[in-house]
Amino acid sequence: MSDALASSRTHALTMAGRGIRLSRRNIDAVITAMMLPIMLMLIFVYFFGGAIDTGTEYVTYVVPGVLLLCAGFGSSSTAVSVSEDMKGGIIDRFRSLDIGGAPILAGHVTASVARNVVSTALVLGVALLIGFRPSATPAAALAAAGILFAFIVAISWLSAAIGLLAKSPEAAGGFTFFMMFLPYPSSAFVPIDTMPDWLHGFADHQPVTSVIESLRGLLLGLPVGSAPWVALAWCAGLLALALGLSGVLFRVRTA
Amino acid sequence: MTSHPAIEATGLEKSYGNGNARVRVLRGIDLRVERGTVFALLGPNGAGKTTAVRILATLTTADSGTARVAGYDVVADRRRVRGAISLTGQFAAVDEKQTGEENLRMMARLSGLSRADARRRAAALLDRFGLADAGGRLAVTYSGGMRRRLDLAAGLVGDPQVVFLDEPTTGLDPRSRQELWQVVRDLSARGATVFLTTQYLEEADQLADRIAVVDHGLVVAEGTAEELKNRVAGHRLDLVLTSREAYLRLASRAVHHAPENLTLGLPTDGTSARVRALLDEIDPDGTEVARFALRGATLDDVFLALTGAAPAATGHYQEQDQDQDQDQDQDQDQEPTHV
Repeated sequence: MSDALASSRTHALTMAGRGIRLSRRNIDAVITAMMLPIMLMLIFVYFFGGAIDTGTEYVTYVVPGVLLLCAGFGSSSTAVSVSEDMKGGIIDRFRSLDIGGAPILAGHVTASVARNVVSTALVLGVALLIGFRPSATPAAALAAAGILFAFIVAISWLSAAIGLLAKSPEAAGGFTFFMMFLPYPSSAFVPIDTMPDWLHGFADHQPVTSVIESLRGLLLGLPVGSAPWVALAWCAGLLALALGLSGVLFRVRTA
Repeated sequence: MTSHPAIEATGLEKSYGNGNARVRVLRGIDLRVERGTVFALLGPNGAGKTTAVRILATLTTADSGTARVAGYDVVADRRRVRGAISLTGQFAAVDEKQTGEENLRMMARLSGLSRADARRRAAALLDRFGLADAGGRLAVTYSGGMRRRLDLAAGLVGDPQVVFLDEPTTGLDPRSRQELWQVVRDLSARGATVFLTTQYLEEADQLADRIAVVDHGLVVAEGTAEELKNRVAGHRLDLVLTSREAYLRLASRAVHHAPENLTLGLPTDGTSARVRALLDEIDPDGTEVARFALRGATLDDVFLALTGAAPAATGHYQEQDQDQDQDQDQDQDQEPTHV
């Protein structure tokens, strides 16, 4: 059993190395994925921000939301790479080497996390340049990073499951749109109480909001209440769903 | 060691789809391949070749029937089978954005080799497949033949006992095809069992110790190339006829048709007595046959006689492809006039 575990680990590590190498070779797509959140941040801060009253400097308000949009958008591209693997002959080659679905998907998720660490750092760097001033204690900053990390892992696995579900890489690409727009009906760009009443229920309780509220509170040194726990619960729930779903889908797709 | 055959399959059946759309891809296939031999599954497109390979390679399960590969059951002992085989399919299973060397090293690591061993194995395989100089280049820059060789090499990192090749030379130019044939011969010389599918008779004839002809999910004939050729008839009498009427009257008896020059090929054993009798029978007045030629039967004749379908001839398929392309182009050109 420990033998099987060790070989699974080698498989997952090898697959992760592959994923990271392929991301590096596909650097133009990675850069596009990084540019988009940065452009959005600049647009919101300089074009719309002046008209939005959030009680603080708008850049301070919006950066946590942009970090999250960047993470969601970056993670969702996992769906495309998984779908490409399923379409090509390589999945049969992997299977005939007796490599399970879990290590293959784990490789993609690891590559996704690596990409997101870079893009998050980049977005944060630009945010600092344009006047974002966090006032977090080291512990709070670490907690914020941890929550963002959990969110990236959960969304990446969910994307991997979507990649198995999609009939083609193009269809899988649709998930990136979903993840790009999900932060809009949340507190990412404008306070929720400025939205119409019927949206409050969704906006208040969707997973993205709890993550943003946690990041904002932790980075700015504000009281966070139960938001971090709600965020972690969402991430754990989504991850469990994604793991279960991808296990079933992998078996169905390769039957 | 027991002396089990490399591959043994009995009554394999497989269908896809439901209801009226249900397609019976395999309708009860039996196969037996001895160890260390090259076996070709020969058949037209849609005959069920790929499905048979996928079942034997544990990638899909049969609806009924059993199969053992390298002595292990493909369902119950799937893991052991996977440890003993490799599959190179019709679609290249290499990462274009990795170099040849990286692709092979990755596969070697996945097969359980240590880092150092994987590096050595990758270098040895690149060398063996004539890719040593290209090993550091991304696979996307490779020619079709190089990519196919890399693909094949990637399947061999684990030193498999049984190698499955699903249409290994489809789409390759003649020179790359020759190179790949040599690779298959080398594999066999090293003691591996090779199971290949092909729609090219010449390929089966060149490579295989034994050939099974499949059509519509059934094995319609099995044997050595020689045995199969003898099954139809030893020889073929090609007749050039004097009239279209004579051509049409005799067409149903022929195994070879060339209407453009009114030529028909009829099976015969090649003896003087039989040829004379045949000529007398079909042309008693001596007016309908202009010329004749006697030739040994080819696998094409076998294929045609057994499946009723014209096979793809290796030497011509590229021209045929081009013809099809041109046809499509013409169709497209015509479309606007319909609108």
